[in-house]
Amino acid sequence: MKDFIIPDRDFGTPAAKSAVTISLLVDGIAVSVPAGTSVMRAAAVAGISVPKLCATDHVSAFGSCRLCVVQIDGMRGTPASCTTPVAEGMVVHTQTDDIARIRKGVMELYISDHPLDCLTCAANGDCELQDMAGAVGLREVRYEAGANHFARRDAEGPNPEYRPKDQSNPYFTFDPAKCIVCSRCVRACEEVQGTFALTIEGRGFDSRVSAGMMSDSFLSSDCVSCGACVQVCPTATLIENKVIEIGTPEHIVKTTCAYCGVGCSFDAHMRGEEVVRMVPSKDGKANRGHSCVKGRFAWGYATHLDRKLEPMIREKITDPWQVVTWDQALDFAASRMRQTQAAHGVDSVGVITSSRCTNEETYLVQKLARAVLGTNNTDTCARVCHSPTGYGLRTTFGTSAGTHDFDSVEDTDLALVIGANPTDGHPVFASRLRKRLRQGAGLIVIDPREIDLLKTPHMGQGLHLPLRPGTNVAVLTSIAQVIVAEKLYDEEFIRTRCDWDEFLGYAEFLMDPRHSPEEVEKLSKVPADLIRQAARAYAAAPRGSIYYGLGVTEHSQGSTTVMSIANLAMLTGNIGVPGTGVNPLRGQNNVQGSCDMGSFPHEYPGYRHVSDKATREIYEKAWGVPLSPEPGLRIPNMFDEALAGRFRGLYCQGEDIVQSDPDTRHVTSALSAMDIVIVHDLFLNETSNYAHVFLPGSSFLEKDGTFTNAERRINMVRRAMTPKNGYEDWQITQMLANRMGANWGYTHPSEIMDEIAMTTPSFAGVSYDLLDREGSVQWPCNEKAPLGTPLMHVDGFVRGKGHFIHTEYVATEERSGPRFPLLLTTGRILSQYNVGAQTRRTDNLVWHPEDILEIHPSDAENRGVRDGDWVRVASRSGETTLRAVLTERVAPGVVYTTFHHPTTQANVVTTDNSDWATNCPEFKVTAVQVSPSNGPSEWQEEYGSHSERSRRILPAAAE
Amino acid sequence: MHSDDKLIRMAGQMADFFRSQPGAPAEAVAGHINSFWTPRMRQDFVRHLAEGAEADPIVRDAARFVRLPEQTPARA
Ligand code: SF4
Ligand code: SF4
Ligand code: SF4
Ligand code: FES
Repeated sequence: MKDFIIPDRDFGTPAAKSAVTISLLVDGIAVSVPAGTSVMRAAAVAGISVPKLCATDHVSAFGSCRLCVVQIDGMRGTPASCTTPVAEGMVVHTQTDDIARIRKGVMELYISDHPLDCLTCAANGDCELQDMAGAVGLREVRYEAGANHFARRDAEGPNPEYRPKDQSNPYFTFDPAKCIVCSRCVRACEEVQGTFALTIEGRGFDSRVSAGMMSDSFLSSDCVSCGACVQVCPTATLIENKVIEIGTPEHIVKTTCAYCGVGCSFDAHMRGEEVVRMVPSKDGKANRGHSCVKGRFAWGYATHLDRKLEPMIREKITDPWQVVTWDQALDFAASRMRQTQAAHGVDSVGVITSSRCTNEETYLVQKLARAVLGTNNTDTCARVCHSPTGYGLRTTFGTSAGTHDFDSVEDTDLALVIGANPTDGHPVFASRLRKRLRQGAGLIVIDPREIDLLKTPHMGQGLHLPLRPGTNVAVLTSIAQVIVAEKLYDEEFIRTRCDWDEFLGYAEFLMDPRHSPEEVEKLSKVPADLIRQAARAYAAAPRGSIYYGLGVTEHSQGSTTVMSIANLAMLTGNIGVPGTGVNPLRGQNNVQGSCDMGSFPHEYPGYRHVSDKATREIYEKAWGVPLSPEPGLRIPNMFDEALAGRFRGLYCQGEDIVQSDPDTRHVTSALSAMDIVIVHDLFLNETSNYAHVFLPGSSFLEKDGTFTNAERRINMVRRAMTPKNGYEDWQITQMLANRMGANWGYTHPSEIMDEIAMTTPSFAGVSYDLLDREGSVQWPCNEKAPLGTPLMHVDGFVRGKGHFIHTEYVATEERSGPRFPLLLTTGRILSQYNVGAQTRRTDNLVWHPEDILEIHPSDAENRGVRDGDWVRVASRSGETTLRAVLTERVAPGVVYTTFHHPTTQANVVTTDNSDWATNCPEFKVTAVQVSPSNGPSEWQEEYGSHSERSRRILPAAAE
Repeated sequence: MHSDDKLIRMAGQMADFFRSQPGAPAEAVAGHINSFWTPRMRQDFVRHLAEGAEADPIVRDAARFVRLPEQTPARA
């Protein structure tokens, strides 16, 4: 679906929500709209555009420009249509002689303080000021050139009102000379993004837009570079640098962001095969026209010079790479895999897919393992982030799916945010939540760190439970105890939707004194009173929602934590209605999809166990081969087996396991022990240092497919340009499979989706035609729900009755002790993504050039560490060095870092502890010691030189 | 850590969970192992216990419910 040339229409003011319909006449045309709609929007609905400058439907009306005036029968004067609500029977005139005169006057004033360099302006052809001058028929400006903001100097000397451009942000430019002070940008920053970085300073002629303090530039201000202001600016004042560089786009391709699990819909504005800008789609159901810095701006990695476009092979990982043809590389890869299997057995090889890959790619890779290699050794990097969500929710509710859509946040009365940092990890969701918080919804945060969400401007006090890493289960179980002890639970819900007797058993378990807030305070360090307050607030909220992230799952009790969360929702009846639910915030864009697509070693697509005969028969029939009924190896098991010499071949698509998996040394020694490692990626990533074959991948801009976001929403990814490496990724997997005798003949990813739909009941209704028509759908999508399912468990749980689980707290083996007295926990920041392979190759580096260690001032002082010092962080698995920052955001005894840069190798210190049910690694708790240091650790140096050596490439052999 | 010991440790973590659930914890641990471990891991686990590895009583008891490859239903 290409070439939408008509941009999203702007209705002038946001849609109103009301059950009451109002009818009116606009220029003789009858129109009916919800009560609360503006006259401007009603006119737009009737197909009439009222001239406007300060109004846009992204933000609420402000009524400052007076260009949109209209006349209304029975009303005096000329009211602004953007701020006047409709009334029953209204008769509106949008074009009269009086109005025309006023509008011309308004435009004349604006233009008198605007440079007339339209021909060379970056917004030429895409400027609302230009359009309005045309619309009102402005032909002359009668004002003498006088005081203005745009001329650098006049006859007397420099113009005191002139301000130079602010080019501090790497992605957009602010040129105050062109500003008409419509305040759209200020409102977008407040209302859409929720950052409040911009203000209008001064009054009247002196008023101007400013980022924070007078001395601040955009870069030094609070601005998070989301670009909302740039999108709404009607002039060239705030404009993308790419537009300045390239010019206006000529066609649009609708696609989906490839970064986080919010799954924002985007319009890629193209010039030929070049992206000019990415604009979040207003009709995107996850993002509603908003985005963050990564999706909107950080796509330059797709054309970065580091990207490798040719296949390469080598005999041993100590050899330099040799550039070869696709045929040579694929033959080499296929024959090595087959040789390994011949020598060491069918199950000596396996595959790993990434949650960055499309559904279709993931499906093919697991099919390659099961049907072609004949083994269930397939896993996905979702293992290391959200596998406990799958297990926990499936046990309690009957399906691993998150329960709600993002729109539901608009109805919530209280959000309980656990182990997540949405402003950095899921920025667009955070903006939507903040909007709701500003409207008065309550907030409880359970997290070791004081996250930014707690600092939402204009919000009442949020409750923060700063627990010690690793004590989630204890705190959540204690909250449940308070709810039961104080009889705050929803008895009717429990009686109808769950099993009452089972509840009584659970209540008895809860009432044991070991779960009391006082006891739990001792181990979690959360004051008992805060636990009680949190319990009461969550139970009292008419609609309470829970949002959680990796701080929940990446623990040895990750699955148990997910179950304690589900228990809370069931106890309080917070399931099945908008504004409630249990909502996992998935890390990468396609975590949901890669789980759905059967990439776990024990499950076929749609979460059906490999031992289930009926399912196996479906696939044996579809694929025409016998299939194994035994579960295969999970990622951590693969490494263990590799060290035992029994797992020797790996095809790894789009995933950098060396950097993203815990206990780096364990991973690298496992990889070094293998006979064949095939890396399929955009870059020579860290894992490729241990690979024998490199297959260059394609970026999300270069292929068709689908991503499924955290709300189970299947979104289209569309090819906007030809793959620079020659093939889309699914084609590469197909070529590899066919080299091993697969005989596949897919000609387009839509055919892969058809196969998924045919074999998977929850996807039965999904097809590219449907997605093109609807934009997106949320699975389950089948006969019962032909347009998908926004809300799960509405009338009953998928498993029938909701299941209460006894959630006993078990301390992790990773305890602080005399040698390692601090607890390290990890997270991510806004401008970087995952292991940073993409974002490090964009200008986002200006915000996060290196990983840093957050440490409490008292811990720092004890160790003689000052702000900005290099420190050594050591655990029982290894050590690394990085720079320290002193902050009270972390409690004493806790330190925090991110893992975006390979030189830091934060995972050298994380251990091989993992969740009891799913082996999801315990990233969030590692006992460490911190001490001053003066340079990189031995490991970092050794690793650095190794990785330099193993990235050598020989020039292609002469023909 | 040797991978056999790791298997015992992983089973021990499962025992820690199922211990507090109503029902038979040893069977639950074995059920979990049967669903998620490869035949080879299950084999190693049972052998290691038979060789006298130290383990939680629930883990020890679970061994007899673990399905071994011989008992695997033939490929359908
Ligand atoms: S920068 Fe753009 S959006 Fe902001 S006030 Fe100026 S013209 Fe309006
Ligand atoms: S880019 Fe976003 S955060 Fe920055 S000023 Fe604009 S709207 Fe505000
Ligand atoms: S990174 Fe996430 S929030 Fe940002 S644009 Fe992409 S999908 Fe949206
Ligand atoms: S558009 Fe209504 S006053 Fe500016």
